[in-house]
Amino acid sequence: MLSSQIKSNEIEFGSCNKDLLEEIIFYGIGLGAEFVEIFLENTDNSSVLAEEDYITNVSPSFGRGAGIRIFKDKRDGFVSTNDLTKHGLMRSVSQAIEMLDITDKKYTDVFNGLKNQRDYGLTKKTWKDEVPTIHEISEKLLESNKSLKKNNKIITRKGSYSRNLQEVIIASSDGTYVSDIRLHQTVGLNVIANDAQYRSNGSRRFGSSGMPNEFKFWDHEKAANDVFESSMNMLYADYVDAGQMPVVLANKFGGVIFHEACGHLLETTQIERGTTPFEHKLNEKIAHESVTAIDEGISKGSFGSLSVDDEGMEPEKSVLIKDGILKKFISDRAGELRTGHKRTGSGRRQNYSFAAASRMRNTYIAKGEYSKDDLISSISDGLYCKSMGGGSVGATGQFNFAVEEGYLIKNGKLTKPVKGATLIGEAKEVMPKISMCGNDLELAPGFCGSISGSVNVTVGQPHIKVDSITVGGR
Amino acid sequence: MNSKEITSQISKSADFLNLKKWDYGASFSNDYSVQVDKGEAKQLKASQKQVLTIRVWNESNLVGITTTSDISESGIKKALNQANIASNFGNKNESTEFSPLANDPIKVREAKKRNPVGIKKLLTLLREAEVKLIESHESIKSIPYNGLSESFYERVYANSDGAFRSYAKSQAALYLYARAEEEDKKPRSSGSVKLGYGVDDIDIETCIKEASNKTISHLNYSSIKTNKYLICFSPESFLTLINAFSSMFNARSILDGVSLSNKNSIGEKLSTEALNIYDDGLHEKNISSAPFDGEGTPTKRICLINKGKIENFIHSESTARIFKTSPTGHAGIGSKVSVSPDWIVVEKSKEDYDLKTSLDHSNFEGEFVYIEELNAIHAGVRASQGSFSLPFDGWLYKNGKKISIESATVAGDIKYLLKNIVNIESSQEVTTSGISPHIWVDELSITGDA
Repeated sequence: MLSSQIKSNEIEFGSCNKDLLEEIIFYGIGLGAEFVEIFLENTDNSSVLAEEDYITNVSPSFGRGAGIRIFKDKRDGFVSTNDLTKHGLMRSVSQAIEMLDITDKKYTDVFNGLKNQRDYGLTKKTWKDEVPTIHEISEKLLESNKSLKKNNKIITRKGSYSRNLQEVIIASSDGTYVSDIRLHQTVGLNVIANDAQYRSNGSRRFGSSGMPNEFKFWDHEKAANDVFESSMNMLYADYVDAGQMPVVLANKFGGVIFHEACGHLLETTQIERGTTPFEHKLNEKIAHESVTAIDEGISKGSFGSLSVDDEGMEPEKSVLIKDGILKKFISDRAGELRTGHKRTGSGRRQNYSFAAASRMRNTYIAKGEYSKDDLISSISDGLYCKSMGGGSVGATGQFNFAVEEGYLIKNGKLTKPVKGATLIGEAKEVMPKISMCGNDLELAPGFCGSISGSVNVTVGQPHIKVDSITVGGR
Repeated sequence: MNSKEITSQISKSADFLNLKKWDYGASFSNDYSVQVDKGEAKQLKASQKQVLTIRVWNESNLVGITTTSDISESGIKKALNQANIASNFGNKNESTEFSPLANDPIKVREAKKRNPVGIKKLLTLLREAEVKLIESHESIKSIPYNGLSESFYERVYANSDGAFRSYAKSQAALYLYARAEEEDKKPRSSGSVKLGYGVDDIDIETCIKEASNKTISHLNYSSIKTNKYLICFSPESFLTLINAFSSMFNARSILDGVSLSNKNSIGEKLSTEALNIYDDGLHEKNISSAPFDGEGTPTKRICLINKGKIENFIHSESTARIFKTSPTGHAGIGSKVSVSPDWIVVEKSKEDYDLKTSLDHSNFEGEFVYIEELNAIHAGVRASQGSFSLPFDGWLYKNGKKISIESATVAGDIKYLLKNIVNIESSQEVTTSGISPHIWVDELSITGDA
């Protein structure tokens, strides 16, 4: 059957599309595909920006799209389109088949139809009406900005809100047929403080998934105080002296280092590329025995939590490292196919225009037995990194992270604030140097950009001590 | 719907909703890309995408916006409705209007739109490139990051005052990042990127050669002592820094209080008189050039630094009105309109002024650090404070010999850096983000492992 001969029909979100999806999958299998996956998305997003005492930007957006993936002999072809008619979807299947140069058009019995729909969105249909209205969130942001103006050194105040409501349908030739509704909301607060030649920034981001009322009752005063204090503490800070030293990394967003420096190296996409030093280290010691690390998608309300991943699998709790021993890799369908590591419910993508890949969800170092004071008092000369900025990892595993708010440690005590610090190292070398883990595990939301786009994650850890790391400064 | 039909549909729907003032920007694209892994196709990708952004002005002249990928009749109606609702929250303190230049003639360069070569040819070319790069040196074991893509797109701007402009282009890109490994040494990686209007315009052989040479040149490495060094920035690394701190020239950033400059900074001396910097989106070497911006303002060349002093800022319609000047063709489309540079061109002025012209990266025999490429810009730059701390790939030159630096960061302050430029070499190099000569800077902090 030529795709041009197919009578037009269209995907309808909120309705049963089983017959249409089965027809499209049969079409792909009939053309010789070993596996066909259809990811359909309907989004309704909104963002609000408050600057100083005014709302300066309200930006709604909406859209629909499909991502079609065909596998053949461990290779995959991926086509995305905004055309959700039967004709458009079949054209995309044909295009993927053609890209993979599949010529053996055999009709097989590998597709036995879709199973009964698993609808994870049944109890979530009211979310859209429960989230704050633009008016409500605008008021909240303006109140936050007002709270940030605690003295005349604060020269810039910004509050931003973003709400992403995503409805998905996933169907594939192994019978998977699921639908879900996802809701992610974030609020960010940013200030710039200035006094003569001195200038500092303060920022915090808050976020949740599946909690429509989260920011209606959000404690903006507490958040604003935290941001204000951070900017004032750093306003007159000196630049840190560069060198090798022990550091204590704070809990919550301090976990970004584990995420970037080690977590990415435990994704099967890195095994496929041959860019992880841990490829052949399963059940071997890769970290200090005090380190146990977890990646999961199930913590209620956490920014990286999911009812089902973008390949239709429920997320599991994966213990990646147990007492320093590597136990598991984070895997998706392609990862399982190409590396043999079982799927972990970690197939994730930014939207329909990306093929899913193995990605982290809520990733953290488990809590240990020490207090924050135990860690700091164990250091005579070092650095306390209270708040981390962004970071990155190079193709050969080196990482670097900006320290947003740092304090020198002298003789076991926190002393003066310092700015301009960067932590530099390699996961393989730093992981064995995490010698103490605190008992105050907390998570923090963030966005992770990688092969399948930007996805919502949480990072986390208790306070941890790294015995020695290179600190870049001036 | 094509762009004329979309314009007509928006006009009809806006009339129905009694919306008298509107504009829109749209893009339509078809993209194809391939990646390979040791001769095998890894992922083959194609996408058809459409994005429509509509702005409407309500009776109080407040602007609202909506973006959608649904360009059906119902999608357009819904977008207009949502934009109208959003306009109730429009910024009362800073209005946005149509660009006064949205009907001015635009300079459209000779059409350089190529035809698609297709996925099969992309795959064949990339496979061949991968093989050649791996075979170029025994230590190169894999090309973990690679891709060849071609993209075909059309961009449109139109408004209710009758402005309508569009252009269609094609673009292709090749990137090859090799990983080299030798026994008892850390793996090293480097690469090259090439752009062209079409795949046949890309110099694949040069891309392979550059990726190979760069990767091999880093095989023998050594750590560097933490200290202050004389630095030579490659054209690419200097452009990376200028782009990262372009808020210094950005009127939107100035109004938002996140720039190092202020409204009165025109004429401020930032650097040696020998330094000129332009933004030149229509430069013939700019593969991604666009003849107009998100508000329909024609793109043009603008001088940002003339003889070391700030000469101009880049503007949208609203910032230009506040600064009592004209829009410069650097705007996005939004209810709050963003402003960004297009294509930075760094030049040495005709006179040498106070430059130390003996500093030439190809023959200077004193000690200096050559910074080939800066990394992790999003993490290591504090544009509003002027500070940076960035890892880099580069070499330490000493006694006429060079050795790759194992792992290090360079840190400093952009204003200090610009003030301490001690030489601007004469010849410029074209990169993917602009054009610049090599730039020498005295006394920047390097943190190393030694």
